[in-house]
Amino acid sequence: MIEALLLLTQILTITLRAGTSLIYAAVGEIYTERSGILNLGLEGMMLTGAVTAFATAFYTGSPWLGVLVAMGIGMIMAAIHAFLTVTMRANQVVSGLSITLFGTGLASFLGERLGPASNNGNLVGMVGPRFSPLEIPVLSQVPLVGALFKQDILTYLLYVLVPLAVYYLYKTRNGLNLRAVGEDPQTADAMGIDVTRTRYLYTILGGMLAGFGGAHLSLAYAPGWTENITGGRGWIAIALVIFAMWDPARAVLGAILFGGINAVQFRLQASGTTIPAAYLNMLPYLMTILVLVIMTWWENLSHRIGAPAALGKAYMREEK
Amino acid sequence: MRIVFEKRESVSRRATVLVPVVSFVVSLIFGAILLAVSGANPFVTYAAMVKGAVGSWYGITETLVKAIPLMLTGLAVSVAFRMRFWNIGAEGQLTLGGVAAAGVALYWSQGLPGWTVLPLAILAGIVAGALWAGIPAVLKAYLKVDETLTTLMLNYVAILYSEHLYYIAWRAPGYNSGTAKFPETAWLPQIAGRANVGLIFAIILAILLWLVFKYTRWGFELKIIGENQTAARYLGINIAWNIVLALLLSGALSGLAGACEVLGLSRRLQQGLSVGYGYTAIIVAWMAQLNPIVILFVAILMAALLVGGDQIQMKMRLPASVGLVLQGMILIPMLAGTIFTEYRIRIVRPEKHA
Repeated sequence: MIEALLLLTQILTITLRAGTSLIYAAVGEIYTERSGILNLGLEGMMLTGAVTAFATAFYTGSPWLGVLVAMGIGMIMAAIHAFLTVTMRANQVVSGLSITLFGTGLASFLGERLGPASNNGNLVGMVGPRFSPLEIPVLSQVPLVGALFKQDILTYLLYVLVPLAVYYLYKTRNGLNLRAVGEDPQTADAMGIDVTRTRYLYTILGGMLAGFGGAHLSLAYAPGWTENITGGRGWIAIALVIFAMWDPARAVLGAILFGGINAVQFRLQASGTTIPAAYLNMLPYLMTILVLVIMTWWENLSHRIGAPAALGKAYMREEK
Repeated sequence: MRIVFEKRESVSRRATVLVPVVSFVVSLIFGAILLAVSGANPFVTYAAMVKGAVGSWYGITETLVKAIPLMLTGLAVSVAFRMRFWNIGAEGQLTLGGVAAAGVALYWSQGLPGWTVLPLAILAGIVAGALWAGIPAVLKAYLKVDETLTTLMLNYVAILYSEHLYYIAWRAPGYNSGTAKFPETAWLPQIAGRANVGLIFAIILAILLWLVFKYTRWGFELKIIGENQTAARYLGINIAWNIVLALLLSGALSGLAGACEVLGLSRRLQQGLSVGYGYTAIIVAWMAQLNPIVILFVAILMAALLVGGDQIQMKMRLPASVGLVLQGMILIPMLAGTIFTEYRIRIVRPEKHA
């Protein structure tokens, strides 16, 4: 009984650690999509964030500086997406895809170039300063709940950030304006809300959080930078937004679900199961598809549409 | 003073040609800055890339080797993109095509006459790719499940499956990875250097697709679905069925690309089947503005960037991913520029109030 509890606590601990980057990215994407902009560049932003965060921490010795740089990179990439989709009215899907393609190439270039000369410029395999788990005395010893208190500081930050994100979205004037822009930009515009500014702002915010999530991968979750460190997490985060029906609190639930799959995967592999590793590794991706199918089917059935009505559509004031 | 976008009455032809060219130049400039900042001489690097890609018969044929899968997957995604179905699963469809072709070549053609093995292996690749694309198509057509995510997720599944096969299930005894070499009856002939007959398939298919898009009712239907679903419905077009049909074709083309890769190049299933052609295909198709004939040429250009990248990795010890950065960069100015093909920019002076 005690052993089962300990095991469960351990799984929960890994679950939360694996879900952290997803929560950052998904909460950011929720804000972006609430303004009416779909950002498929998440994967590229997380990758570039991860590599620049690691390189910065490696050379300066400060993981916090790494997080800052990753946030900055995410913001720049998101600003490009905002410029293309809001100002230049480019197709949001194609723009996001190109940001991801660009980010993937850039991250792999930087990973092979920013490392020390002794390692041929390669960052892979380097060990740098990182965020280690900080166990909170007493609390971390409680079974099950203890999992919440054996995390790194970036995960602890979420305990503040997520409630704040929920509060801001539903209870503040700015949150109301944001939702108005995503639902009905014409009316929002008529009410005096600057649609363009709002969309830029929240797209850049989303990019910042994606970069943050990427930094968590290379500075806390994984032992360092590896090629393709995200393994599709940017895409899974976008699926989480649909699962969460554009609600930050529910995104946490989804991220825990996916983190849980990761944790169970580790557990099974460690216990020497006969199921081939490849099949276990497929689980998060198959799960994403399943979740999408169920969510879409349920939305069709209940006639509830979670997506902001203006999502994916350019807003043109001049057009009559 | 205010800047106003005015919709053009017809798409500007000059902008259609100019925008991709300018975009390519912008991406080269950006790449040069990146190279310079990271301590490499951009001019020397670019010269080495050009020389590596087209400076020798070997370079040219290697460029064609990479152009073949890019042409086929570029055509594949262009079919789906035409109806604004965002198939970003060409990578997985290619991989599974390669797996199925390898399966026929190695295991599933025992006892059949030798001359049937190659066509059967190619057919298996085509069918596997088509079915793999069919899953997200059916989910989209009948349940409205977002296709960008499902097609992408299936890439990971297909790649993991192929890895399982060449690392474990189908691994040849005595090797760390990779299957046994296929029997010669399953080899797709090479026609120039290592470039195989897939090149001819790609050219023929591009011409066929061009004709289909331009002259057939089905080509017209896909275009209407992409531009205006409501209009398509009024015209009595069966949207769901067309999505499935177009995606089967799209997946089939990617599956063929995978089959050509394993049957004509590696001639065994091994690491290196999935190297991102299916993603570069998105750049190829969009830069070619979904025109099948133009796709052939853009594919060669993108292949040259990849081969150039490989060459500077070997000769100058610079990361081959320079090629990927340049490719990834191209669409960004291109998207910014697309507005000029559809809109005219006018500067409006504020009206003077009396």
